[in-house]
Amino acid sequence: MADKKDIDEFSGIETTGHDWDGIKELNNPLPRWWLWTFYACIVFALGYSIAYPAWPGITGATKGLLGWSSRANVSADLASVEASRAVLGEKILAMDLADIEADPDLLQFAVAGGASAFKVNCSQCHGAGAAGGGGYPNLLDDDWIWGGDLEQIYLTLQHGIRYDADEDTRLSDMPAFGADEILERSDILDVAWYVRQISGQEHDAEAALRGQTVFEDNCTACHGDTGAGEPDLGAPNISDAIWLYGGSYDEIVTQISKPQQGVMPGWADRLSGATTKQLAIYVHSLGGGE
Amino acid sequence: MRHATAAIVCGLATLMAFIAVGFGQDDQFRSHMWVLVLVMGLATIVLMRRVQFAPAGQRFAKVEVDQNAYMDDVIRYGVIATTIWGVVGFLVGVIAASQLAWPVLNVEPWFNFGRLRPVHTSAVIFAFGGNALICTAFYVVQRTCRARLWGGNLAWFVFWGYQLFIVMAATGYVLGITQSREYAEPEWYVDLWLTLVWVAFLAVFLGTLIKRKEPHIYVANWFFLSFIVTVAMLHLVNGLSMPASLLGSKSYSAFSGVQDALTQWWYGHNAVGFFLTAGFLGMMYYFVPKQANRPVYSYRLSIIHFWGLIFLYIWAGPHHLHYTALPDWAQTLGMVFSIMLWMPSWGGMINGLMTLSGAWDKVRTDPILRMMVISLAFYGMSTFEGPMMSIKSVNSLSHYTDWTIGHVHSGALGWNGMITFGALYFLVPKLWNRTRLYSMRMVNWHFWLATLGIVVYAAVMWVSGITQGLMWREYDSQGYLVYSFAESIAAMHPYYVMRVFGGLLYLSGGLIMAYNLYMTVCGKLRDEVPMGDSSPVSGELKAAGPAE
Repeated sequence: MADKKDIDEFSGIETTGHDWDGIKELNNPLPRWWLWTFYACIVFALGYSIAYPAWPGITGATKGLLGWSSRANVSADLASVEASRAVLGEKILAMDLADIEADPDLLQFAVAGGASAFKVNCSQCHGAGAAGGGGYPNLLDDDWIWGGDLEQIYLTLQHGIRYDADEDTRLSDMPAFGADEILERSDILDVAWYVRQISGQEHDAEAALRGQTVFEDNCTACHGDTGAGEPDLGAPNISDAIWLYGGSYDEIVTQISKPQQGVMPGWADRLSGATTKQLAIYVHSLGGGE
Repeated sequence: MRHATAAIVCGLATLMAFIAVGFGQDDQFRSHMWVLVLVMGLATIVLMRRVQFAPAGQRFAKVEVDQNAYMDDVIRYGVIATTIWGVVGFLVGVIAASQLAWPVLNVEPWFNFGRLRPVHTSAVIFAFGGNALICTAFYVVQRTCRARLWGGNLAWFVFWGYQLFIVMAATGYVLGITQSREYAEPEWYVDLWLTLVWVAFLAVFLGTLIKRKEPHIYVANWFFLSFIVTVAMLHLVNGLSMPASLLGSKSYSAFSGVQDALTQWWYGHNAVGFFLTAGFLGMMYYFVPKQANRPVYSYRLSIIHFWGLIFLYIWAGPHHLHYTALPDWAQTLGMVFSIMLWMPSWGGMINGLMTLSGAWDKVRTDPILRMMVISLAFYGMSTFEGPMMSIKSVNSLSHYTDWTIGHVHSGALGWNGMITFGALYFLVPKLWNRTRLYSMRMVNWHFWLATLGIVVYAAVMWVSGITQGLMWREYDSQGYLVYSFAESIAAMHPYYVMRVFGGLLYLSGGLIMAYNLYMTVCGKLRDEVPMGDSSPVSGELKAAGPAE
């Protein structure tokens, strides 16, 4: 400390007498409001840590006077939600899908629950609005590969498509006409023009005519004489110009040569019975249900 | 032979890196070692070109270093590195922000968002902030101890070693090498190198403190020392891991499960606490009183808030893990320690701002001081926001949202960025013996661009963060979720575009600073009307004298 008191001219406050590279320090006290707010924070912290689980010991931590725990809190929340849904939920589980749709209250409940489950579990592939995208079917239109009535949608939802983990999954397996050398390349090129023709798109008429024979020999067994498809076999309608893997000539050729086969998981073992039913009703309600 | 030892060491390092390329266990490690070969090879060539040989039969007279002069060369390099890394860090930030707004900008695999984000965070925190801390610590400790840096060329090792750490960390991220620990992404071998550099940093700093000629240690040095010591401890504990191979890029953490998470956030939170808060407070405690030319407001406050900060900060990390598998008691303690931390944090702001009493008029005419004031204002705001966000009920809304990103940036851009800019503008004319900066008007432009950039950024992130939080927890009357996650992402698009704009403002300010500092170093003076003297009003007041 300096022998003589060093007073700052501007504030009239004494300095500590230190001087570092020209920097001095005033000897101001702690601001009162600062100190009292600090104390208040400490008091709050102590009070809070008495009320809630806080102080660790050797075998465990204090439980807090309020007896609160985050696990109990979540359980209580979930229980209250479950209780609020219990009556309607049990009805959904017990009743037939058609009867649920006929009851306005149940229908509203089922659609709300189905919409929510759809956002969490289905929107990743089918889109938040269920409009699908390349390789993922649009659920808003009335073009259904595996059938669009309530029971069919419910069945697809439960067991999935080409889903190995479920024995009852829906299976359809279009041959790879090109990759497995079932058809000549020229036949594939022709039949693709024919598919363009029956779906009402621009095509090479001459090649399409050649392709018609190929179609009748190889494709009608599943896709039907007119190409209208067969939902029981999971054979898509290829005459409506709605495409899962694209409808350009090249895309059709690719799909005939080496088909892409999409997979959808079955949800019966992941979601509760009521939720799967709610989903079926929600998807059916979207506008394209049969 | 000058530089001969360094050239030989670098050459050997190149050779060893080359051997590591040959025996590397995985592709990434081999690529990373190629980077090291390139860097060390370049260093060897540069050093060899500068080697001087003494004439035959003679030896160079031992170079006499004036032990009373400050060692400022390394600080000049540090100032340049800080400026360059700053601009790089801001640029990568703008790119990463653009990738979020327009996903098509993700260039797989090296330049996707997942790899560029750590490049951005490490570039601004460790490259820009770290270089700023090292060079200001070296500057401040010498002036306030009246002693030359201890350890001779050790300070150079700290500088170049740290740059090597930055280059290896950043190239590692781009190659896909990461520990996946936020703000501690570099793998084990880069971590070990940083440990070595950091211990050297501690030795230089501590050595200088010990041989000081001042009777007392100035408060700035308490903060710098706590920053260096604590960061060493954090880095060592959080980096504990077992490499899968001594010539491979993969390691496994010594901790598992929630203990691993808690260790990581004990580290992550205190990286903010001791790197970005304590270290930069050290900077503040020197440059604010110097620039304002006023004594520090309260010695007593500086003691109390220093110890309060040091003691309380270290326990607050669990608030990053609210509502997770972390036991309730640890969450509670993380929250209450964060709340108690509020006033100790604000002590630094009060001491900084009140130091200006008697100098407030300078804020109008001195954009450098204005930068320091706004940095303290942002410091105060984010150290209030932090404890608030640690309250569990607030956190249940804010956690995992952009609000956190906004909070970090109001602290990083506002507090760390602005105080660093202020320090750089203070240092460059002094270190290069210039009468003044090239242009004060450019500093003013920088000030407004940066301030506007932060305000845009933080405000946009508040809105987007709270929107996200509300969308995620929106339930209908029957308790069913209303929005899918994808819908909340789609709703963010306009905010992400605005964030890019805020970032661009901040980046352009940084570019102006880089140009201004470059011209100052070149010794140029811009012909311009001095700040504040253009107004006829102030002229009249001056004429009227102190009668006012």
